[in-house]
Amino acid sequence: MTRQMTGAKMVVQALKDQGVDTVFGYPGGAVLPIYDEIFQQNDIRHILVRHEQGAVHAAEGYARATGKPGVVLVTSGPGATNAVTGLTDALMDSIPIVVLTGQVPTFMIGSDAFQEADTVGITRPCTKHNWLVKETDRLSSIIHEAFHVALSGRPGPVLVDIPKDVQFASADYQPKPKSSTRHYQPQVKGDMEMITQLVEAIETAERPVFYTGGGVINSGPGASQLLRELVEATGFPITSTLMGLGCYPASGKHWLGMLGMHGLYEANLSMHGCDLMINVGARFDDRITGRLDAFSPKSKKAHIDIDPSSINKVVKTDFPIIGDVGHVLEDVLKLWKSRGRKINRDALTRWWAQIEEWRKVDCLHFDPSERSIKPQHALARLEALTKGHDRYICTEVGQHQMWAAQYLGFEDPNRWMTSGGLGTMGYGFPASIGVQMAHPEALVINVAGEASWLMNMQEMGTAVQYRLPVKQFILNNERLGMVRQWQELLHGERYSHSWSEALPDFVKLAEAFGAKGILCKDPADLDDAIMEMINHDGPVIFDCLVEKHENCFPMIPSGEPHNKMLLGEASTQDAIGAKGAVLV
Amino acid sequence: MSALKIKKGSTKHSAYNLRPTFSDVQETHTLAVLVENEPGVLARVIGLFSGRGYNIDSLTVAEVDHEGHLSRITVVTTGTPQVIEQIKAQLGRIVPVHEVHDLTVEGGSVERELALLKVAGTGDKRVEALRLADIFRAHVVDSTLESFVFQLTGTPEKVDAFADLMRPLGLIEIARTGVAALARGS
Repeated sequence: MTRQMTGAKMVVQALKDQGVDTVFGYPGGAVLPIYDEIFQQNDIRHILVRHEQGAVHAAEGYARATGKPGVVLVTSGPGATNAVTGLTDALMDSIPIVVLTGQVPTFMIGSDAFQEADTVGITRPCTKHNWLVKETDRLSSIIHEAFHVALSGRPGPVLVDIPKDVQFASADYQPKPKSSTRHYQPQVKGDMEMITQLVEAIETAERPVFYTGGGVINSGPGASQLLRELVEATGFPITSTLMGLGCYPASGKHWLGMLGMHGLYEANLSMHGCDLMINVGARFDDRITGRLDAFSPKSKKAHIDIDPSSINKVVKTDFPIIGDVGHVLEDVLKLWKSRGRKINRDALTRWWAQIEEWRKVDCLHFDPSERSIKPQHALARLEALTKGHDRYICTEVGQHQMWAAQYLGFEDPNRWMTSGGLGTMGYGFPASIGVQMAHPEALVINVAGEASWLMNMQEMGTAVQYRLPVKQFILNNERLGMVRQWQELLHGERYSHSWSEALPDFVKLAEAFGAKGILCKDPADLDDAIMEMINHDGPVIFDCLVEKHENCFPMIPSGEPHNKMLLGEASTQDAIGAKGAVLV
Repeated sequence: MSALKIKKGSTKHSAYNLRPTFSDVQETHTLAVLVENEPGVLARVIGLFSGRGYNIDSLTVAEVDHEGHLSRITVVTTGTPQVIEQIKAQLGRIVPVHEVHDLTVEGGSVERELALLKVAGTGDKRVEALRLADIFRAHVVDSTLESFVFQLTGTPEKVDAFADLMRPLGLIEIARTGVAALARGS
């Protein structure tokens, strides 16, 4: 059954057939026909952002908080180029988003027309795949294919570039296919022979550790459930990357906390000392491994990943398993149970005793000050006062991001939205808008630094226009904190351009946008101020003036292995050698 | 069986590095990549090599199945075994790539290249060029009183050797197609 319709109508119809309820976008000349169709329907809600980068990050936030693809609609030329940072961010963090861009008419492509850019050329390296649609005939099937590619295998961003004449012309609409007949069908089931070897290793391991990542979240809530079951049943300790926080509950008794450059002492030393590392959906990122030739030297390593190119890319794996985390964990659990649920109990008890010793170091300890608000204290109080809420946390990038990962606890997947791979300052605010759109009743907080937040502050207009009660929790140290920290440790305390001399009055800024602003600088006022923020029914900018020179610890200096962590100020003298300096 | 207990020739493990340790030895491999013949697909493959810093020694591409919209890219590349494995895995990740074959490890291959060489000269040099061309089974495809254009097919090594011989005899221009390769046997 086919129906004739214009390309513009096809776009809206295809989005409806794909179950899309929200589109983030910004109109312009080359997408006007599509915007005209959006005007004439009520099934899809369009959110007008204030900058195309904001649209893509909002779609990412929406996707991370729901598991559904985020959808973006922007115009040609500058609309498309402004989307590039968001596309790259989504590619690095494997977030499924579909970006539709307008393009100049096909007969003008290549003529340097007004607002023309080679969008598919520019976005080729920063999308999982992209298409330039030259015939209206193919438009609907390409959009359906785009959703299939964005969601299957390792998820990622895709882009469909649609020239204006293709939007105006009419053709038959192809409905969403029942099953994709295209060749792109990544393998989801793991190899049983290798899974058996992993189960054998689980049965005998003396010092095992689960090292989990964003792949668990991407695999869906079922995968997190299976992981929890496996961890509880085996009693193995578990740590996670920044991207995987929430796949195992922070309140769970086997939880070691985050690992990596600013990870917890017990998590990193467990990675260093383990004899069996089970990597579930993580990718041995350089922020995780530290110095590669000294990375977990005594362990056998299993690696479960849906992307074959992740395996043996940086760390050699003993048990490589290509497949979807959910499918593989199900097989591992089934096989391990059927073989009698064996573990090396005595050795595991000794391993936990060792881990408890490391825990006693209490690496996140800090002494709250009565004079100024320590950023750690602000987050510890935010955690305490929001714990019972239906809560979603976004972050920007920098010290505050690491502190948020350290001091906030995540009980469920899809509750934590942060730019991990690309480290995009300006990500968190628009992402919080996307999250709030997906969960209108939830408490959505963006933990931010003032510098990151200013990068996409124009989105205040969006938050106010759509009455999205997002809370912007800004830890304001008037510095680019992480840059400043590196300059202190590495560049002889020469603080080159790492502070802002002309910051806005955030309370007045909020008011200028028609939102609420709260200033807090006295530790004694902090709890009341946070409660005021939570209880306000509308967007809030919370300007929390914090200690200006606080450094983020623990920390593995670049170029060092996991067992060379710095725990506090006293240990930072000459911590980073010249070799490490280039790895920052 | 390798150290990883994977059966030799097991294709479902083709994405893995089957060697026990990462090695520094540089190897040259010939890869055959079957791709959907759609706009931009060659740019995707080339962009992968430049973006990730891999080497391209030679590259040829042409449609091989008009009905099925398939093109075949033959790429000769050099790198450590780990990098070669990465290249194959990364190529396999490109959406319009259907198959990636490493002809160097999959039981040997036939590799051929076509070259056109323009040699200018008179007298003894001209006679010597013609005599050597005969030895190499190169054909004369264009001739003037002062020049020949030779057409030569063979392995890249044979083309190199012929070009080296022609250089002192007046080689002024050379055009090479790059390697086309097929696996031996059925």
